[in-house]
Amino acid sequence: MNLKLKIWRQDTSDGSGQFKHYEINNVSPDSSFLEMLDMLNEQLVESGDQSVAFDSDCREGVCGMCSLTINGIPHGGHQGTTTCQLHMRSFSDGQTITIEPFRAKSFPVLRDLVVDRGGFDEIIQAGGFITCRTGSAQDANEIPIPKPLADDAFDFAACIGCGACVAACKNASAMLFTGAKIAHLNSLPQGKAEKDRRTLSMVSKMDEAGFGNCRNYGECSAVCPKEIPLDVIAKMNRDFAVASVKGFISK
Amino acid sequence: MIIDAKIPAGPIAEKWSRHKFSNKLVNPANRRKYHVIIVGTGLAGGSAAATLAEQGYNVTSFCYQDSPRRAHSIAAQGGINAAKNYQNDGDSIHRLFYDTVKGGDFRSREANVHRLAEVSANIIDQCAAQGVPFAREYGGLLANRSFGGAQVSRTFYARGATGQQLLLGAYSALSRQIGLGTVKMYNRHEMLDLVLVDGHAKGIVTRNLVTGEIKSWAADAVVLATGGYSNAFYLSTNAVGCNSIATMRAYKKGAGFANPCYTQIHPTCIPQSGDHQSKLTLMSESLRNDGRVWVPKDAADCEKPPEQIPEEARDYFLERKYPSFGNLAPRDIASRAAKEACDEGRGVGSGKRGVYLDFADAIQRLGESAIQERYGNLFDIYERITGDSAYRKPMRIYPAPHYTMGGLWVDYNLQSTIPGLFVIGEANFSDHGANRLGASALMQGLADGYFVLPNTLPNYLAGEKPGIINTGLDAFQEVEADVNAFTEKLLSINGTRTPRSLHLDLGRIMWEKCGMARNKAGLEEALRKIPEIRQEFWANLKVTGEGKQLNQELERAGRLAEFLDLAELMCHDALDRDESCGGHFREEHQTEDGEAVRLDDDFAHAAIWEYRGAGEKPTRHVEELDFKDVPLAVRSYK
Repeated sequence: MNLKLKIWRQDTSDGSGQFKHYEINNVSPDSSFLEMLDMLNEQLVESGDQSVAFDSDCREGVCGMCSLTINGIPHGGHQGTTTCQLHMRSFSDGQTITIEPFRAKSFPVLRDLVVDRGGFDEIIQAGGFITCRTGSAQDANEIPIPKPLADDAFDFAACIGCGACVAACKNASAMLFTGAKIAHLNSLPQGKAEKDRRTLSMVSKMDEAGFGNCRNYGECSAVCPKEIPLDVIAKMNRDFAVASVKGFISK
Repeated sequence: MIIDAKIPAGPIAEKWSRHKFSNKLVNPANRRKYHVIIVGTGLAGGSAAATLAEQGYNVTSFCYQDSPRRAHSIAAQGGINAAKNYQNDGDSIHRLFYDTVKGGDFRSREANVHRLAEVSANIIDQCAAQGVPFAREYGGLLANRSFGGAQVSRTFYARGATGQQLLLGAYSALSRQIGLGTVKMYNRHEMLDLVLVDGHAKGIVTRNLVTGEIKSWAADAVVLATGGYSNAFYLSTNAVGCNSIATMRAYKKGAGFANPCYTQIHPTCIPQSGDHQSKLTLMSESLRNDGRVWVPKDAADCEKPPEQIPEEARDYFLERKYPSFGNLAPRDIASRAAKEACDEGRGVGSGKRGVYLDFADAIQRLGESAIQERYGNLFDIYERITGDSAYRKPMRIYPAPHYTMGGLWVDYNLQSTIPGLFVIGEANFSDHGANRLGASALMQGLADGYFVLPNTLPNYLAGEKPGIINTGLDAFQEVEADVNAFTEKLLSINGTRTPRSLHLDLGRIMWEKCGMARNKAGLEEALRKIPEIRQEFWANLKVTGEGKQLNQELERAGRLAEFLDLAELMCHDALDRDESCGGHFREEHQTEDGEAVRLDDDFAHAAIWEYRGAGEKPTRHVEELDFKDVPLAVRSYK
């Protein structure tokens, strides 16, 4: 396959960037999207240019490190697929492909296509855990968890923290990400003790980190490579309302 | 180099509890005076950082990724073993211990393996309490499945993403400590060297991967949890960033490197499709619970579509050769059997380097929805990469480098030959011998981090005066200067070869000569060729950009520099270990039907390599291994 690429290049986080045009030939349709970029980078380095910086690690769709907005859609718009699992057979010969970083105020560009998603870590640090000191746990079978509940918890916990939800949202809202973790932990019996505290704390950190509010566009769930359902936002809003009211009454 | 494993006295089942009691402790009020550096945030590093911080120590953690949640433990699919005996099928601590020693082909340290089996049950309890969504039965209790090398069901799992869920559990515990300020976390930082003060590990030097800043960090002890080195093969199931800089720098500073030739080639990976490929993707071993492995009996049938090959023309070679374990034969054995079938010309798919993993029988027996429930996400991954649906036609699989049993040598306390340098998880060598059983890597990583290191590190710290080390010491300035000079050198060669192209050359040699099967001539050839690539690297490398910026080519070059040295060490070890055992198969040592032949009289030991300087052959030391509780026997899965 021969392709034309339009790629965002930016040297530093405080500098400005611009699109640059590249051509790449003889791409195997069996190669992944990132392998196509690897091939481009080999050409760039051989000709003395700097390679295009982009994040990736596991390259099997689970670490959440890869990003990229491809032709305007985070992860390229194939259902349930991260950029690293996108294969060139999904594109056509001669096509022009536009590649940008994930765009959001809370995800500043560090270089080219690499962004800083540290805000996500801060949200988890605020309450995305169940407090249980190592060694203090009871036998695992002492808390029976009905299978449907365990299955739901898994679905919520499947989030890989890639940030596509934020990049797809007009408001750069992190509510799908935050809601998924809250739904996972709040739904389990182990997570009940800290439910209110967790919800209030994570939501407040989310706002503080500069993520916007949800307007129910649903773009986040549509681009989510793990297909986290939009319901988690409703669940989070409900838990938030309950926790806020409880806090108000007890004052 | 003094090799003292410090195995506690007493019966095997009492060693760990006696040892914990005899260890020195640090008073809770004094713990905050001690500072521990932990490199890596996978299952081992993440759980160790969280636990030590909970105990009251000051922890500084580093990872090269943009978040600790991305460490490659996250990609483990199938499950985690634990001797819970929830299935009432005869499991016990002793059986898990026995299976692991046998599975490791009698090349691991009994005392460590027994401890691993002992703490395995605590891991499941800890993770369930953290909210890890393990698979459940309808009654609400935990579900299990079987894995290779065991005849009991002791594997706990969370669909096909067990590693992800366990890692996110450890990450949540770590995040809680970061939020509390007891762990300082530095993302996008790569350790580039180790700093010794008076022979003890007291700090590291890192490169900030965003700004390029080289910086020193001081502590009272250093813990490496930096994973394995399968990327020496270029193509492996590891993440593209996985590297051996930390362990190799420690080796060059005096830490013994044990059994570097013990590499695990995983039998069920998606076959390579071309030279463009940057990694290989694993298909979980759990698939062998329901999938049947076969190739055509007749090489002439290989080009036919699988559905046109009738039952009687298929060779279910694992079931034929190993009737009692069948498709669940251990990984080394299953991998070699697949290679053998392909070497006979009976492989399928592109280049005829593949075998079928067929679910038709299971789908007929259990229904498609049951199979989807068990393996749905794995089938999805397969379809995304190959474009084929495994519900309709058999998967094609082939072995690929996956896990490295070798690593830095550690004693029973997980301390390397450098005092104050502790090594945990895949980065050490201790528990898996010459072959790791499936679902045991997650177990070992979490055992080391949650339960072992937090009980052994204090014994070292208790003998050290806290807080006297600072980065103003000459030792730090010297190492920092070395690191800067090294980086400058990589940038100044300005030749014509990219780091990736040189890594590809190295990988080809390693896969062909030091891969699934090895022989003397091949290893000697590799030992001639690797120095040639290294020479080419230092004479003709091309890295564009500068040091003080985000520069991924520079990162790749630095990682490759260490892989080149490690690859050579792997070949030395493979050559000198003149026997077959587990994942190390020397063609000179096999039975008539191709089974590995161990030479216990000469090689029932761990080989520990001591660095002697660039270009010098390292010195081989040994730790004799005693098998008292699992008597040495020929490993048979027939």
